[in-house]
Amino acid sequence: MTRTLLTIRDLQLQRGARHILRGVSLAVEPGEIVTLMGASGSGKTTILRCIAGLETPDAGTVEAGPCGMVFQFHCLFEHLTALDNVTLAPLHVGRRDRGASEARARELLDELGIGHRAHALPRELSGGEAQRVAIARALAMDPPLLLMDEPTASLDPARRAELATTIRALATGGRALVITSHDEDFVERTGARVIRLADGRVSG
Amino acid sequence: MRRRGSEILRQWSLLGAVLTLTVAHLAAQGAPPQVLRWGGDAEGGAPFVEADPRNPAHLVGFDVEIAALIARALGRTPQFVQITFTELDQAVRRGDFDIGLSGIEDTPARRASVAASIPYYEFHEVLTVRDADRQRFRSLADLRGHRIGTLGGTIAYEALLDAERTFGIQAVSYDDDVHPYSDLLVGRVDAVLLDNVLADRSIRRMPGLFTHADNIRTGHYVIVVSPQQAALRDQVNAILRGAMTDGRLEAIFRSWNVWNPTQEALFRATTSDTAATGTSGAGVSAAPLPSRWEITQHYLPSLLRAAVITLVLSCLAMALAVLGGMSIAIARVYGGRATRVLATAYVEVMRGTPVLLQLFVIYYGLAPIVRLPAFVAALLGLGLNYAAYESEIYRSALEAIPRGQLEAARVLGFTRWQALRLIRGPQALRLALAPMTNDFVAMLKDSSLVSVLTVVELTKQTQIFATNLGSWVIPGALCAAMYLAMSLPLGHLARRLEQRWSAPTS
Repeated sequence: MTRTLLTIRDLQLQRGARHILRGVSLAVEPGEIVTLMGASGSGKTTILRCIAGLETPDAGTVEAGPCGMVFQFHCLFEHLTALDNVTLAPLHVGRRDRGASEARARELLDELGIGHRAHALPRELSGGEAQRVAIARALAMDPPLLLMDEPTASLDPARRAELATTIRALATGGRALVITSHDEDFVERTGARVIRLADGRVSG
Repeated sequence: MRRRGSEILRQWSLLGAVLTLTVAHLAAQGAPPQVLRWGGDAEGGAPFVEADPRNPAHLVGFDVEIAALIARALGRTPQFVQITFTELDQAVRRGDFDIGLSGIEDTPARRASVAASIPYYEFHEVLTVRDADRQRFRSLADLRGHRIGTLGGTIAYEALLDAERTFGIQAVSYDDDVHPYSDLLVGRVDAVLLDNVLADRSIRRMPGLFTHADNIRTGHYVIVVSPQQAALRDQVNAILRGAMTDGRLEAIFRSWNVWNPTQEALFRATTSDTAATGTSGAGVSAAPLPSRWEITQHYLPSLLRAAVITLVLSCLAMALAVLGGMSIAIARVYGGRATRVLATAYVEVMRGTPVLLQLFVIYYGLAPIVRLPAFVAALLGLGLNYAAYESEIYRSALEAIPRGQLEAARVLGFTRWQALRLIRGPQALRLALAPMTNDFVAMLKDSSLVSVLTVVELTKQTQIFATNLGSWVIPGALCAAMYLAMSLPLGHLARRLEQRWSAPTS
C-alpha cells in the first residue's frame, strides 16, 4: 500500500485583483515524478511555493511532509563554498555533527558529478553546476519530496538531457518530485506524469 | 501580604535614586579628598596657566602658583583639570573641579552663576594696534568702521559691543587670546582689545605690534567656586587676604613680571575691605623662550598621549556604534510596528541633530541626574550618534541580500535568527565593511569634538601646542601625520579583509 506524500485540495490564491490559483487539487505518491506544465503566469511556481510554505493560500489545504526545493535561480548562499552550502542545513537545522554532514555533502556532490567543484564559491560556478549544488543542498536534509522550479531554464539541450537522467535517478527510494517546466521534450525524457495548468486551474 | 503597586514603585524609585546618587558621588569623588582639583585652560594660558614649554607635563604660570598656595593652606595637594576657558563656569557648577583660576574675569553674570572669590589681580583693557598705525589708531573712537578683535565672552568683548554702538566699530569674537593678535598682524583685524597681561605677552611674542597705555576698562581676576561650596570660597578669600598681607602673592606676581602699583592699591583696598581702584601701567620684561625645535621635542610625548586617547576613544565608541547600529538595524528589519517606529525615531533624531549638541546634553544636560566622567560622556555621545549612521548601513546591507536566499533558508528549515546569523548577517557585513571603514575614519576625526567636554585628544592637544608655540605649521603637520598613521592602516586592513572575503577559497 502506498502512502500519499502530498495532497493539495482546492487551492485558491489571489494577489490584488489577480486570481493566481482558482482551485487546484493534486496528489503525489512516493516515487512519482509530477510535472506542472503551462504558460507563464498559469500558476505553476505559485503551487510549488504553496507546497514549500512560502505562500499562504487564501483557501484550500496543502498536506505535505518536509520538502526540499530547487529554485529557478538556485539561490545559493553566496558567501559559502559549494560544500558549505550543502553542509549548512544538516549542521544547524538537522544538528548532525560536522564530519557526518560533510561526508554526506561530498557524497551528494560526487553523485551529481560536481565533487571537483566542492570548494568553489557560487559566483564561480556555471548555471548547470550551480543547479546541481542547489539540488545537493535540497537533498542534504533527505526530504521525501523534492520541488524543482523551472530546472531547464538555465541549461543548454545537452545538459537538459543529463538533468532528465538525474531526475529519474532521484525518484528512487520512495522520493517524489514535483517539477515545473514548459519544455515538452525534457518532460517526456523524465517520464513524468504531466499536469497541465491554464489560468490557475488544472486543465488536463 | 501583597504590597500595593505604588509602594513597590516608591521603593524602586528610592533604589534608583540611591544608585544615581552613588554613581554621581563616585564620579564626583574620583580623586581622594586630600587633593584640591583646580580647573584652568592651559591653551595659550601664559602667564596664567601654561604647559611648561620645556616640559609640557608640567604646568607653569602665576595661577598655577596661586592654586598651589591655596592648596597648601588647605592642607591639600593641587591637581590640575584641563577645562576649555569658556566652559569653566559650567564645569565648576558641575563639580569637575573645586576651584577655577585661569585669568577669570570678575563680572556680574559670573557672580550670579558661581561663587567668586575676592579679586586677586587688577587689569586694564588696552588697545593693541600694528606699529604702523600707532598714530592713526589711538583710541576706540579712531577705529570707526574698523574691525577690532577680542576674546569672546569677556569684559573686553562687552566693551567692544558698547563701542559698536557708540563709535561704530566692528567687534570680532575669538575663542582664544592668541589668534586676535596674529590676525591683527596679518590685517584681518585693525586692533585688539584685551587686558594688559595678555597684550604684554602677545607684543613680546609678535614684533610689529604696539599697545597704547590708556586704560579703556578696569577689571579683576577672581577664583570661581561652585555655588554649593560657599564655605570653600570663604576659605579661599581668607587665604588670598593672608597672602596679600604677608607678601606671598606679591612675590608670585613679581616672579611673573606682572606686579605693578595697581596691585599694591588693590591689595591695600582688599585687605582693608574698601572698593578697589587703580591706575594704568603694567611693565613686563621679556623672558628667554626655548627654540621651536625644543618646544616641539617637549610636546611630542603629550601629542602621542593625546593620539592614544583619540584612538582608544574612537575604537570604543565605534564598538558601541557597531553594536548599537546592528541592534537598531535588526529592530528596523525584523521588528514589529512599534519597534520599527521607535528605531526609526532614534535614527532620525540622532542624525538630525548636531553631535556637538548631543555631547553637551549628555555631559552638561544630564549632569543633575548623572554626572558622567568626561571620557564616558564622550564615548556615549560619539557611540550613540554613530550608531544611528551605522544602523542605516546595516539595514541597507541586510536588505540587499537577495530574498531568494532567505526563502531557500526557510525551506531548509532555518529559523529567522539562524538565517540572520548564518546567511544574511555574514553577507551583509561584507557589504557594510567599506562604509564602516569610512565611518571609523570619520570617527577618528570627529572625536576631536569631544574636547568641548574637556577631553584633551589629539586635535585639542595640537591646538594647545600651536597656540603656545604661536604657529600651526609644525603642530599641524605632526597632528595630520598622527591621524594618517591611525587611519591608513585601518583602510589597508579593511581592503585586506574585503579581498580575503571575496577570494576563492579553493
